[in-house]
Amino acid sequence: MRRHGFVAGFLLLPVLLYVVFVISPYVQAFQIALTDWRGVSAGLDFVGLDNFRRMFGNETFWQAIRNHLVLLVAMPLATVSLALLFAYLLNVAGGSRGGTMTGVKGSGFYRVVFFLPQVLAVAVVGVLFKAVYRPDSSGVINGVLVKLGMEPVGWLTDQRLALWSIIAVMVWQAVGFYVVLFSAGMAAIPKDVFEAASLDGAGRTRMFFSITLPLLWDTVQVGWIYLGIAAFDGFALVNVLSMEQGGPDGATTVLATEIYKNAFSYSRFGYASALGVALFFLTLTFAALTMRVTRRERIVY
Amino acid sequence: MGRKVFGGFSQAVLAVWALLIIAPLIWTLLASFKSNGEIFGDALQLPGELRWDNWARAWERASIGRYLLNTAIVVFFGVAGTMLLSSMAAYVLARFKFPGNRLIYFLFVSGMAFPVFLALVPLFFVVDGLGLLNTHVGLILVYIAYSLPFTVFFLTSFFRGLPDAVAEAAMIDGASYTRTFFQVMLPMAKPAMVSLTIFNVLGQWNQYLLPLVLLPGDKSNWVITQGIADISTIAGYEADWPALFAALSMTVLPVVVAYIVFQRHIQSGLTSGAVK
Repeated sequence: MRRHGFVAGFLLLPVLLYVVFVISPYVQAFQIALTDWRGVSAGLDFVGLDNFRRMFGNETFWQAIRNHLVLLVAMPLATVSLALLFAYLLNVAGGSRGGTMTGVKGSGFYRVVFFLPQVLAVAVVGVLFKAVYRPDSSGVINGVLVKLGMEPVGWLTDQRLALWSIIAVMVWQAVGFYVVLFSAGMAAIPKDVFEAASLDGAGRTRMFFSITLPLLWDTVQVGWIYLGIAAFDGFALVNVLSMEQGGPDGATTVLATEIYKNAFSYSRFGYASALGVALFFLTLTFAALTMRVTRRERIVY
Repeated sequence: MGRKVFGGFSQAVLAVWALLIIAPLIWTLLASFKSNGEIFGDALQLPGELRWDNWARAWERASIGRYLLNTAIVVFFGVAGTMLLSSMAAYVLARFKFPGNRLIYFLFVSGMAFPVFLALVPLFFVVDGLGLLNTHVGLILVYIAYSLPFTVFFLTSFFRGLPDAVAEAAMIDGASYTRTFFQVMLPMAKPAMVSLTIFNVLGQWNQYLLPLVLLPGDKSNWVITQGIADISTIAGYEADWPALFAALSMTVLPVVVAYIVFQRHIQSGLTSGAVK
């Protein structure tokens, strides 16, 4: 009896909080998505799949989906490639010294610096880069370009460039995390594998593709899923950094931004919830697909 | 390719990335001492003098102090609550058999698969319905609730790995279940608790979406991320850019200092989630 009381007592508060603030909103979201609710209790009608029909006919929705696809390919690709390169240079590129592979000089310093952006709030990073990207010579990048005799570039105002500028900031912030993650994986690879390869005359590039990458595949896969899920978010950066929250002219908008705008600017709560449901299924599909596609035979060493 | 050449190439690549990380931060710090004229002039110019009054304006008029204090309060109670409730739930789920155990564990873990944007609209009305909209208490409770899935998941696997003998010995010595947990088992979970505390402090300190939705009203309640984003908008029409950069510096500096001091713990705390 004492035992049951203890179990119940310890679970009561966490489960209560969780059900009220997490489970119940998630369940309600699916219901609200089928209504035309605008926030006043009287105006709630069940409209079936109307919201989804409207969503599929809406140009902004497709614009956001296109942006997610670009994000989904470009952001993880750039982040993982850079992180793998840096981690390799930091751990293995120093060559073998006294029988173990070492990183280049100062690798401790680089590790600290690379990881730093990870601890800064995305919203703060967004404000910071808004100044870095300013369209005239008062922005850091354009200041340099003008000094070199080039025309300043509208990083956030040019429709073709804006999304790429935002992706660059995401990569800037994320790389350090994956450098640390991949470094830990590389450190776990036995040194004699590299030695044997080196004796057989393999160069550093060959070693990377034939040893490091295959043995690190599990970690890379985890990283890819994390980054993919991040590519379905992007809210804070787009909200703070882009022109008119998703502009110019929808060029940088993402589903999260549309959900926020529809709910809290236009009070279209039903429609916003339908967008949320779409986002949920997209994230889920992505995670399931990645798991299937990247599944490899696990290499035991 | 010789070792020297490769080493030089590696150094160059790494140094360029390090510069790309540090340059915007140093530039922000320098800009916090510039005048408006200097900010809109040549970006690469150093400030003519150290204008500390920019910092004073950011602290008082833009109420950065207020925002930082609010954030500290919310994060302190948010993380303390998260750690206490998560460790209690995880301990019971990991070490006690009872009907519904698997279901509750599954409920917690499945929370990690849902994007928070899906819950956003109903969450707003749940918090509003409880009269907690625009209150720190409301934000703290929501932070705790949304930190539970990962923290419970991680701690449960940790508690499962602890040996049975210690808890049994404590019980035989007459300690109650509660006492065994707080005085014997929880101290043994210290490494996991430290990692998760760091993870949650950073996550809650940097949260932007939830405060935006749940504290939309009175500015005196705002947290730092809301404040900074707002100052960025205001700087546009009040033309007080130096104060914006001072505010940014004030926000970033303490985080950078804390990071440098605790960097080993922070790196392992944040990445431990990915290597489960």
